[in-house]
Amino acid sequence: MTAPLLSVEDLVVEHRTPGRPVVRAVAGASLHVAAGEVVGLVGESGCGKSTLARAVCGLHGAASGRILVGGRPVTPLGLRRRDPALTGVQMVFQDPYSSLNPRRRVGAQIADGLRTAGDSATSPADLLERVGLPRDFAGRYPHEFSGGQRQRVAIARALAARPSLLIGDEPISALDASAQAQVARLMRDLAVESGAGLLFISHDLSVVRLIADRIAVMYLGKVVETGPTAEVWADPRHPYTRALLAAIPSPDGAGVLPAELPGDVPDPADPPAGCRFHPRCPLVMDVCREKEPDFGPVACWLHAPEPSSAS
Amino acid sequence: MTAAPKTAALTIEGLRVSIGGHDVLHGVDLTLEAGRVHGLAGESGSGKTMTGLAVLGLLPHGSRVSGRIAFGGRDLLEMPARELNEVRGAKIAMVFQDPATSLHPMLTVERQLTEHMRHHLGVGRKEARERAAGLLAKVRIPGPEEALKRYPHQFSGGMRQRIAIAVALACEPEVLIADEPTTALDVTVQAGILRLLRGLCDDLGLAVLLVTHDLGVMSAVADEVSVMKDGLVVETGPRGRVLREPSHPYTRSLLDALPVPPAEESR
Repeated sequence: MTAPLLSVEDLVVEHRTPGRPVVRAVAGASLHVAAGEVVGLVGESGCGKSTLARAVCGLHGAASGRILVGGRPVTPLGLRRRDPALTGVQMVFQDPYSSLNPRRRVGAQIADGLRTAGDSATSPADLLERVGLPRDFAGRYPHEFSGGQRQRVAIARALAARPSLLIGDEPISALDASAQAQVARLMRDLAVESGAGLLFISHDLSVVRLIADRIAVMYLGKVVETGPTAEVWADPRHPYTRALLAAIPSPDGAGVLPAELPGDVPDPADPPAGCRFHPRCPLVMDVCREKEPDFGPVACWLHAPEPSSAS
Repeated sequence: MTAAPKTAALTIEGLRVSIGGHDVLHGVDLTLEAGRVHGLAGESGSGKTMTGLAVLGLLPHGSRVSGRIAFGGRDLLEMPARELNEVRGAKIAMVFQDPATSLHPMLTVERQLTEHMRHHLGVGRKEARERAAGLLAKVRIPGPEEALKRYPHQFSGGMRQRIAIAVALACEPEVLIADEPTTALDVTVQAGILRLLRGLCDDLGLAVLLVTHDLGVMSAVADEVSVMKDGLVVETGPRGRVLREPSHPYTRSLLDALPVPPAEESR
């Protein structure tokens, strides 16, 4: 792989609330996205997926670690105008009911993105057409659309800025079931078509499997397993990935209750020592309680790389 | 499945609903039995949610209802509002789809968990608090005592839905209507919630109407499955038969639309 489009190295993001302990939402996560590649980031709610995505956009400052987009570091978004080189990172948010301005016509909101990219040849109607909406919808307001249509508008707005990296932060979870797969495929097709990378965050594994080339599994602020989607699906190696996949119920009519992962997700403000997954892991060993597995692609002592990790 | 007592907890007969002149339900028949989970499948707009809302008398204003919903020898549709209030929340409870809107943002979790408990069951503040902590532990909220003092916005979406389920279970209802209760949850949490629902159904003899579009979820917990399309139940039967040998072409098309997992293709 040549220089990846997005590289996140040992990223740490902390949430500080007065009167509460510091929460390390992302605790040393590493991730790479190449141009034209779709990476699915999965994990339970509260594992830091969204915080990671927001840090990549510059919506959260990093406590340590590096985020590089096209070789340039991402700086936190401030009051000043954003560095034009960084407008290539565009995000589609979770809830299309709150991410669109209710008092502006959707055409005007899409035109903002076009202006950012300095594109005067394309009209908002062209972008609406690309996301599968009629051209004359540009004069409408967000409340005139259904959830799935609004998310399409949000995607059109993100695409208007000619992104090199598109980020979807749970873009389908607020949508009806019938619209979910459609919108996910649309994002994939549009990103791949324009040669942009797509970081697709979702807790819905079945949708991620449909659209992602590579999959990254996150647990409590760390990426615990990465690999090509089909490989991870057929042969999950980290016990957490196995538990995640085993929890998906299959529609075979057999009435088998999906496997439950025992225990609770630990408080990210006070993570367990050693491997973060060890209190819930069915295959826990002594080493797991003491040393944190800080290697990849599978961060688990069962899959430690051959030359025993000295770091 | 052991031989559950065949007692109909709730029977819906010929339920028709029209809202603003549009017919939403065209005569729905369903029977919920104590200790059984009845799954209701179908696409969005097929009337699954409306069926659930009709049982609780929560249909939008201006909707016209006809038919019969028999519960405990009474017709819920003809019951005066005062008596329906005694049933709603106490004997028949509901878990809604969206935990972000079904919980009150300005009340603590304790208030939301104990208010209806104290009203319907007449228990004291202290007992209600203990029960509430027990319920939160049951739905696997970490640190239940601590969680009671917090507000919904301090929880993640998955946690909020677990709280909403605890709220519904607080008065130990006979019938639970769960409208897409796990759609917004993580699969690991979903597995836990499905086991919880199944367990409650088996242990307490709860009759559950599980509204979901996810046939995987349906297959995991439902005993009986009904498939709805355009306001009509097109197929009803035991889970194994409906999901393996569907007799209605619509059910078949729903099953065919599912992505086949690669692991099964290679087998």
